[in-house]
Amino acid sequence: MAYSDKVIDHYENPRNVGTMDKEDPNVGTGLVGAPACGDVMRLQLKISDDGLIEDARFKTFGCGSAIASSSLVTEWVKGKTVDQAMTISNKDVARELSLPPVKIHCSVLAEDAIKAAIEDFKKKRAARKAQAS
Amino acid sequence: MLKLPIYMDNHATTPLDPRVLEVMLPYLREDFGNASSRNHVFGWKAEAAVKKARQQVAELIGATDQEIVFTSGATESDNLAIKGVIEYYKSKGDHIITLKTEHKAILDTCKRLERVRQERLDELKLLRLGQLAERDVSPEEVAELAAKHDLENDATYKKWAEMPTGGARVTYLDVEQDGRVSMEKLEEAMTPKTVLVSIMFANNEIGVVQPVAEIGALCRRKGILFHCDAVQGIGKVPFDVESMKVDLASITSHKMYGPKGIGALYVRRKPRVRIAPIIDGGGHERGMRSGTLNVAAIVGFGHAAQLAREELADEAARILRLREKLRKGLTDALDMTVLNGSLEHRLPGNLNISFAHAEGESLMMGIKDVAVSSGSACTSASLEPSYVLRALGVDEELAHSSIRFGLGRFTTEEEVDFVVNLVVDKVRKLRDMSPLYEMAKEGIDLKSIEWTAH
Ligand SMILES: Cc1ncc(COP(=O)(O)O)c(C=O)c1O
Ligand code: FES
Repeated sequence: MAYSDKVIDHYENPRNVGTMDKEDPNVGTGLVGAPACGDVMRLQLKISDDGLIEDARFKTFGCGSAIASSSLVTEWVKGKTVDQAMTISNKDVARELSLPPVKIHCSVLAEDAIKAAIEDFKKKRAARKAQAS
Repeated sequence: MLKLPIYMDNHATTPLDPRVLEVMLPYLREDFGNASSRNHVFGWKAEAAVKKARQQVAELIGATDQEIVFTSGATESDNLAIKGVIEYYKSKGDHIITLKTEHKAILDTCKRLERVRQERLDELKLLRLGQLAERDVSPEEVAELAAKHDLENDATYKKWAEMPTGGARVTYLDVEQDGRVSMEKLEEAMTPKTVLVSIMFANNEIGVVQPVAEIGALCRRKGILFHCDAVQGIGKVPFDVESMKVDLASITSHKMYGPKGIGALYVRRKPRVRIAPIIDGGGHERGMRSGTLNVAAIVGFGHAAQLAREELADEAARILRLREKLRKGLTDALDMTVLNGSLEHRLPGNLNISFAHAEGESLMMGIKDVAVSSGSACTSASLEPSYVLRALGVDEELAHSSIRFGLGRFTTEEEVDFVVNLVVDKVRKLRDMSPLYEMAKEGIDLKSIEWTAH
């Protein structure tokens, strides 16, 4: 299968690969996919107390399109508010990377990863609040 | 000098040997005759060339020229062997035993025969239930009426169901973890209705070589025909239809440095094996395969067979040495690698290896100057990982991380060294990006995590 130039670029120069401290109260971690399916994506977002995404890191086990999708969303979410990030859809990712139909699920995974990371952050914050009160 | 891209996918196909091309050329130019033209020199020349090629192919497998039926390739040979035997021996039985790891040309042929049988049984059920109910019965009513009339124990229906259906019943045997068939399980699966065992010589994904001589001996003892899809092993490791007691064997030219679109089915003459043709027409190939012979391709196939026979011993040793260099180079430099299938019973040119936590398609993308293939689902249209690896019981994640290297006649040591360095580098890079590798390194049991399968 031929890859688009953008997929190749993200694959060869992935942005924001790495690991953040999961225990940091300002870090939300989303781990989606399954090894048996051949794709696992972990997205971590560092979110300020007022809801701004300050930094993002990913690690992905999957095909080139999955790696490119996760790399791309780390670029997109940085500087956005949590609410803005929640509106990023897999269609935006698939369009930007010109993914063929069989690779759409790789972009779905990227969308799921953003949502899971934000949810994790919100859960942590709620737990902290409950503890404080 | 090293030339890119590097071809290391010799199980998919092999390049045409330049020596083979040379002998073919005259038959694409001036010697274009039809081998069935009996009355002029063009035909005679073509006929003589085909006769020589038939001998060359026969000699490679220890057969006689009269036992070679030229086909369009191994897919056709597999179809012809299975459908041909099932039709010819239909009054004797209709049970086939094969392996879950066979090539699709075998598995899908068997599946079609199963469907044919099922459709015939469905018709018979309708007919018999009509008789029992004394009215017309629609297909929707079958289940209900079959229960009511206890059809499974109805003597008439049972008799009908044992009559030839034109199809077959098929046992797909599991293989052991090393990819080989268990002789005990094979013997246990045999029934009085078994007419054919179809087991490959060497597997196209994992290169595992089956105990063909033992299978042949067992089948002969039981009076069951033995078909062997020998595509991947012929010319790579010794194969002899006499000592191995093979009754039918599929061969294809393009896996042994000959041209594509030409192959053969070996059909034993002593004791005589019969098959019904699947292509009807002018009665070529002693009625077993009609169609004007592709003389140039046959000549190339024959010469490729001769070269394979003459060079087999040296070539196998050389390729094995390179394969081992590749295997050791990769496994010494990288942790968490798994070899898929037996190392001992394996084609010299095959290496199928899983690099845990580095996905196969993305690895192939990283080594795009090297042509290999992967068992990863991501590379297939079906998004299913390799059925061969799953049949071995290979963990699904590892199946997704598998790469098949196929070394061949034209693989050089320089290429192997280059591939080792490149693959090691890319696997490391992918693992640095892999959440699974990080977790495994931290000692987290990946099986303990609740994944969100999709
Ligand atoms: C084991 C096996 N059987 C059959 C075939 C089909 O051969 P052909 O391409 O000549 O139809 C192949 C090749 O893909 C093969 O590897
Ligand atoms: S991860 Fe398998 S197709 Fe993208």
